[in-house]
Amino acid sequence: MIDKQYLLNSKQMASFVARGFLRFDELVPQAVNDAVMAEIDAGSIKAAAAGTPLSQCYPEPSAIGQMLRMPEVQGIIQSLVGPDPLFDHHAVHVRQANEGQAQGMHGDSIIDTRMHFDIQLMYFPHDVPLEMGGTLIVPGSQYRRINEMDIARYQNFLGQIPMVCKAGSLLALHHGIWHCGRQNKTDRKRYMYKIRLNPRVRQLRLWNTDDLPANTNKPIFTRETNAVEDIQTIMGKGEPWFEDAGGRLEIVNRIKMWRFLTGDTNFDVHYWLTRLENMPENLQLAA
Amino acid sequence: MAKVRQKVLVLYLGNSALDSHVKGWSLYDGTGRDHHTTGDSDTPPYQTGLDALRAGWRVIQFPQLNPPYPNLEYTTSFQMYEFIFEQLEEVHD
Repeated sequence: MIDKQYLLNSKQMASFVARGFLRFDELVPQAVNDAVMAEIDAGSIKAAAAGTPLSQCYPEPSAIGQMLRMPEVQGIIQSLVGPDPLFDHHAVHVRQANEGQAQGMHGDSIIDTRMHFDIQLMYFPHDVPLEMGGTLIVPGSQYRRINEMDIARYQNFLGQIPMVCKAGSLLALHHGIWHCGRQNKTDRKRYMYKIRLNPRVRQLRLWNTDDLPANTNKPIFTRETNAVEDIQTIMGKGEPWFEDAGGRLEIVNRIKMWRFLTGDTNFDVHYWLTRLENMPENLQLAA
Repeated sequence: MAKVRQKVLVLYLGNSALDSHVKGWSLYDGTGRDHHTTGDSDTPPYQTGLDALRAGWRVIQFPQLNPPYPNLEYTTSFQMYEFIFEQLEEVHD
């Protein structure tokens, strides 16, 4: 097991549950980034068979393996999908120079109704300025039930995030998040390495839960309540693209995921689920 | 000789009202003058659907309001409030 200091904390996990991603800027040292670019140029990054434990992938010498074995990266992986997850697949995605079209908006793989989730790590081994595009993600889209390119009609959303970053940055994504490769308007190719990992353990309190507070209901819809940045506030913040009513259902999706991850079946935000779960059978009080 | 080509604007609004706020948008230009693609803008072309009408777009499709399927009342999926607009423009050979 990785040292606890490298695991995510509860607020980071809450942000992942709410928004479907975590971002780690300039996490990987430049020497590793350079070595990975050399591997990409040489075409020497080889995939293991699907379902291979990650610890058996990318044997030394491997710059990609070196990146994945960094304790900071291991901490992210273990917090989300547990120790030694299964290698699903990887890809080195390339956006050609001066291309005329972006990739269509999509969710990866096929429609997936599990509460359990895979993660995808996206690693950017070189600088990605805005004109180079960057992978575009739609925060908070991970619970929408769609099938892959069904959403290619959607071109832009309020609050969408183009991954503009320095070399060595990482995105950790819930498998369901909507995303696309933006158009590359530079005269250089853009590279991004992606790996999908499947959990082998029940995803229950895998992160550093030392800061996990006992759940207590709070006054709802008050400015004072929302001013405190705690788990409930992080979960209750909508995305700019959410529809007025559908956005409330997204918070319910998050509540259900947090209950799944913590085992706390009473957790709630703004009383959304507790209200619906209240079906009293008490006859005496009414007598 | 002038020909007419269609431009299509798709607005994803905050609720079923045409004057609610734009949350997402797509543009397709049949004249060939402009080319739009995924992730090409962070700023919506209009603040509301009504603003698009005022700018000369003709709305050609309203989203239907259907009750949720049983047992899917809390399931989220596609954007529900998809309004489609058009403009017709002349192009010259």
